[in-house]
Amino acid sequence: MNLRVLWSALRLVLVSVVVLGLGYNLLMVGIGEAVFPGQANGSLVHYHGRVIGSKLIGQEFTSARFFEGRPSATSPTPYNAESSAASNYGPTNPALLQEIRANLARVLKQNPGIKASQVPPDLVESSASGLDPDISPRAAYLQAPRVARANHLPVGTVRALVASHVVGRFAGLYGAPHVNVLELNLALLKLDASQP
Amino acid sequence: MGFFWTIVVLVVVLGFAWRFLGSYMAAVFDGRVHFLGWLERPVYWALGTGPDHEQTWKRYAVSMIVYSGVAIGVAYLIMRIQGHLPLDPQHLGGVPQALSFNTAVSFVTNTNWQNYGGETTMSYFSQIGALTVQQFASCAVGVAVAIALVRGFARRNSPTIGNFWVDVTRFTIYVLVPVSFVAGIILVSQGAVQTLAGPATIHDALNGVTQTIARGPAAFMGSIMQFGTNGGGFFNVDLAHPLENPTGLTNLLYIVLTLSIPVALTYTFGKMVGSIRQGTALLAAMTIIFGVWVGFTSYAEHQPNPAVAAAGVANTHVGNTEGKEVRFGDTSSALFNVSMTQTSDGAVDSAGDSYNPMGGFGLLTGMMLGEVTPGGTGSGLYTILVYAIVAVFIGGLMIGRTPEYLGKKIQAKEVKLAGLAALVMPLTVLVLTGIAVSVHAGQAGPLNKGPHRFTEILYAFTSQGNNNGSAFAGLNSNTDFYNIVGAIDMLLGRFGIMIPVLALGGSLAAKQVVPPSAGTFRTDNGMFVGLTIGVILIIGGLTFFPAASLGPIVEQLSHGKFF
Amino acid sequence: MATTATPPPPQQTPAQPHGVARSRGLFEREILSRALPEAFLKLDPRVQVRNPVMFVVLVGTVVTLIESITSPGVFDWSITAWLLLTVIFANFAEALAEGRGKAQADTLRRMRADTEARRLRPDGTEERVGAATLAQGDLVVCEAGDLVPSDGEIVEGVASVDESAITGESAPVIRESGGDRSAVTGGTKVLSDRIVVRITAEQGQTFLDRMIGLVEGANRQRTPNEIALTILLAVLTIVFLPVVVVLEPFGRYAGASVSVVVLVSLLVCLIPTTIGALLSAIGIAGMDRMVQRNVLAMSGRAVEAAGDVQTLLLDKTGTITLGNRMASSFTPVQGVDERDLADAAQLASLADETPEGRSVVVLAKERFGIRERALDGGHEFVPFSAITRMSGLDVGSRQIRKGAADSVKRWVAEQGGSLPEDLDPAVERISRAGSTPLVVADGKRILGVIELKDVVKTGIREKFDEMRSMGIRTVMITGDNPLTAAAIAQEAGVDDFLAEATPETKMELIKAEQQGGKLVAMTGDGTNDAPALAQADVGVAMNTGTTAAKEAGNMVDLDSNPTKLIDVVEIGKQLLITRGALTTFSIANDIAKYFAIIPALFVATYPQLGALNIMGLHSPQSAVLSAVIFNALVIVALIPLALRGVRFRAAGSASILRRNVFIYGVGGIIVPFLGIKLIDLFLVAVHWY
Repeated sequence: MNLRVLWSALRLVLVSVVVLGLGYNLLMVGIGEAVFPGQANGSLVHYHGRVIGSKLIGQEFTSARFFEGRPSATSPTPYNAESSAASNYGPTNPALLQEIRANLARVLKQNPGIKASQVPPDLVESSASGLDPDISPRAAYLQAPRVARANHLPVGTVRALVASHVVGRFAGLYGAPHVNVLELNLALLKLDASQP
Repeated sequence: MGFFWTIVVLVVVLGFAWRFLGSYMAAVFDGRVHFLGWLERPVYWALGTGPDHEQTWKRYAVSMIVYSGVAIGVAYLIMRIQGHLPLDPQHLGGVPQALSFNTAVSFVTNTNWQNYGGETTMSYFSQIGALTVQQFASCAVGVAVAIALVRGFARRNSPTIGNFWVDVTRFTIYVLVPVSFVAGIILVSQGAVQTLAGPATIHDALNGVTQTIARGPAAFMGSIMQFGTNGGGFFNVDLAHPLENPTGLTNLLYIVLTLSIPVALTYTFGKMVGSIRQGTALLAAMTIIFGVWVGFTSYAEHQPNPAVAAAGVANTHVGNTEGKEVRFGDTSSALFNVSMTQTSDGAVDSAGDSYNPMGGFGLLTGMMLGEVTPGGTGSGLYTILVYAIVAVFIGGLMIGRTPEYLGKKIQAKEVKLAGLAALVMPLTVLVLTGIAVSVHAGQAGPLNKGPHRFTEILYAFTSQGNNNGSAFAGLNSNTDFYNIVGAIDMLLGRFGIMIPVLALGGSLAAKQVVPPSAGTFRTDNGMFVGLTIGVILIIGGLTFFPAASLGPIVEQLSHGKFF
Repeated sequence: MATTATPPPPQQTPAQPHGVARSRGLFEREILSRALPEAFLKLDPRVQVRNPVMFVVLVGTVVTLIESITSPGVFDWSITAWLLLTVIFANFAEALAEGRGKAQADTLRRMRADTEARRLRPDGTEERVGAATLAQGDLVVCEAGDLVPSDGEIVEGVASVDESAITGESAPVIRESGGDRSAVTGGTKVLSDRIVVRITAEQGQTFLDRMIGLVEGANRQRTPNEIALTILLAVLTIVFLPVVVVLEPFGRYAGASVSVVVLVSLLVCLIPTTIGALLSAIGIAGMDRMVQRNVLAMSGRAVEAAGDVQTLLLDKTGTITLGNRMASSFTPVQGVDERDLADAAQLASLADETPEGRSVVVLAKERFGIRERALDGGHEFVPFSAITRMSGLDVGSRQIRKGAADSVKRWVAEQGGSLPEDLDPAVERISRAGSTPLVVADGKRILGVIELKDVVKTGIREKFDEMRSMGIRTVMITGDNPLTAAAIAQEAGVDDFLAEATPETKMELIKAEQQGGKLVAMTGDGTNDAPALAQADVGVAMNTGTTAAKEAGNMVDLDSNPTKLIDVVEIGKQLLITRGALTTFSIANDIAKYFAIIPALFVATYPQLGALNIMGLHSPQSAVLSAVIFNALVIVALIPLALRGVRFRAAGSASILRRNVFIYGVGGIIVPFLGIKLIDLFLVAVHWY
């Protein structure tokens, strides 16, 4: 083999590592910091001066006062943002059936008066990332009576809050309607604070 | 209706990409674009080459292989010693040998199969210097090989097919860098993370939970990984991760980026051989298969997961949401994953493992068809040209002429090379899957049971053999067995096709052109499109039907039986 | 070539093929009985290894045989038997195709039965020797009733020869020393006169020997397209090998035990056995079809190239027009009496034995009652030459010439003669009408013009339209001047013409076409055609032509009918189409076979897969056996198609393709579903299952 080819290859690879890898990336980081500092750093959300999470990363809400997100398959704990993961259960895996049954039982228990057939699947099926920050509008409305009761708010107010937080398709063209759980819960807190 | 408009937007945007990116790429490869000459010339100077140094196919192939080999070596080295390199805020330490090897091969072959969780294994330096760099390079190499083949058709009586170094350099500088730059900024604006600041730890969230959020330079990686049909993302769950794929818009942008080059290359092809219609015919064949698969898979995913149905959640308004993100929805997630398995991208925005049996079938078979609809950057074009040559050969015989494609006679040598190129992938995938299901180390991989465990192994080798990188992630493949056998799969699937393709380019370039007449087999009409589709479906279908029948088909036919 | 080198009038294409190629029924009993034992003899692995597809079947048969012996069962034995039959059927197809050639070869051999030759010793005396002892360069004498002992060239004399043994044409032909009709072929019979022949062929290398070799396919070599197709079939075979082999571990992983016999059955059903079995038969039959039309192709490569031809060079005379141009009028120039012109024209034509020459003599007689006369000494005939392009005679002080206008004008001018003003208009008028003007001059005085009228063959225009629809450009080659050529070209409907053609311009044209990437076919007979015949991709030499021409071309037309070129092209195309169609059919068949065998293979483990048994076959075993039987029988069913070739109809590529894809592609998908189901029903009906 021609040694010259080897040297050419090595030079091109090294030039690429420096220019395309390091240089170009640092440039992008710089532009991100300068132009979109919030987004570039993970869309962190502040509340009373404290960082309470990322708008884009789901959290585990267990209190009945808050809207609950989707089941998460991350380990060792749900919504572990250091290690994203899906359940990867195949559609004919009995473990999936078992898990869905358990999730369903929990949802039904937390939200009395709801029938199994009314439960939107996203509340009982885990997400792809394990970090899904959103739930479907139906899943939010389903939780409204419970949340209203726990917060001593009229159901109508909570429903209206959900309605104002539904994000539709992007320009009517892309994506699916969803509600960001963290933002909805934050709004709920603000609503609580403004109530006597 | 929402899905309908999604498709409309996609078609319109890709139409523009086809027309304008396509002709632009032809100009780039013909050396008619110079505006970044100040970047281009120093590279040629450093390499001691230039546009005038035309190469024979053998020189071209040697350059390509040596370059890829060196790239594998450098990437491997960086991962092994990442603990001693800067940009490792999490102190992850060196990556193990077998995993480094698999990953280096994976990124250099444009596969981006990931036997690791990005945020828990790779330092920022490795992500940038070993992986992102190869997302540029492997894409450029693929396109260069395709263009070399196209030159074979376009030239006559020529001993040479271009210069590998020049093709790679030009494509990187004039196409990959500008587009990924713009796309990267859009991604950041939407919320894709791009920082070297390390993880963010959040204490005292609303409900008192502490959460550590892995971050990194993900937006930029996302932009080039999709534009170059690489598909290996920053995070473990790839483009399902909200910090790399935050909104419906970014999801659509990723699809557009992925499909742009493969689609536009058909225009480039038409332009370079002097007849846009020739490229349009290939595009038509690609589009028809792609459309059918999108429809089929989206429909399958719009049905409830059998487990949900069995649990009594009989909600038919929303399809299978297990392993999907709410912001994308079922049909668009299916569109995304089909787009990634019919290119060599392999990114996922939803967990293929949890797809309904026929949804998973749609993804698996998309790869089994050889990824030509529209296929990877470069690999899609050169592979569909291989199939087209087979179609031309059979069709040409049926009209009573020595078959010719674009005036180039398809004779024993071309049939041999095209046959070899078409043979490598199914042969490799089937044999390696056969080995994996026979040995203990292979049998230990799958998470699920019943036919699905077979699908997981088959999917893994199909994905790697096609340099796709999409994963039915339930397979634990970070073992020495899967790392090494998988690397062999990827190497054969890449170079086992590229080398005969370059030889084909050389052989065609040396040929005389037969002028067209009324007796010529037309390669720019509906009949040819149909024949090409037929060859793609028949080669893919006949080779993989038995295997698929033991996986997703039997699973589908089980009607709610759990294994 | 203008006046005297015209080939004799071609025999009209006979409706019935004849000669060596006496038409044989596809399944004549003699051939069948010969082919059957051959089919078994060809089971020799050394023969089979040449055909990768059938070799795999043979190996598979051995595997199932071993299985049958170690664990006997009706099913295993049935499969083994049918696999063996599959190979035998393939051999039978090939043997049948070869058998037809062999039968023809026998006819030829009988003709070659030892002839006695009368060899001339150097001193001029004769000796009788066996024909087999003749060497190149020997001189032999043949008189009326003698068989010509070997190929040779007449060095002395003229004779009528019966060539029916070779061409099948019973009308005798004239052979004479010198010129382009001096060649005689061994095995033909001298009917009159005496000739001396110089032997030109080595023993064993005569035309007859080569013909026997050709029709027998003794040294048949694979043609380029056949090689390419064989590679494709090998690729398809190789790809199905792992597809089937890995089903064993796949099945085991799923908990199924897969029978080796069933796997072998699946493999044989999937690899393209139909085309693999018939491929060589198709090639042999293609050569055979050429022979049936009395065309001897020197190689299969030439037959294939004929299908690729894009430019046909056709000699005007004999191909486009009836060979004999007839003198139809005399146009004297001002101041010359028409009768004088006719008289001079007749004088100039007296020695011209070509039909044209004769027609001048006849016209002069008809018009003015000028009789053919015997000249009394003191004259000298001036024969036509390609350089002067004139002929005539010198009698006394008169020099009478007739010839092409340019040549005669130049000749007159050289002698200081002047050109009458009305000459050129007359020449032009005749030319424009598509006729050939021959100018007659007496010394330096031009007398006028003879009009030779060309008669375009009926039906030729339609032939050219067909050619055009197939994408083939026809070019008329003629020695005529451009005006004449243009008129005839238009009347005949050719795409282009080469006027005032010389061997050199013809050669240039061929090279130019080839430079542009086109394949060129032409016919020729004369020695001066030889270089062009050799240069052309398909060169068809007329059997009446010279040895040089026959050596240079890659085909010989025994009928010496230049129109045959068109048939040759069609046969070439038909050969390729048959291969392509059967390949498509073979691959399309696989779909049904999958639906028969895959459910049968795994239904025990996954009863759900029974849903794929869409044909509703009786049982797994009957399904597999039915598929194997279908696979074997379809070979037999397609033998007639392989030997006859698929129906060919001149048309554009698109419509041919559409038709063949529909019949052999779509048909190839549907037919096996029906066939396998029927066989399954039959097996159940006879209580096999």
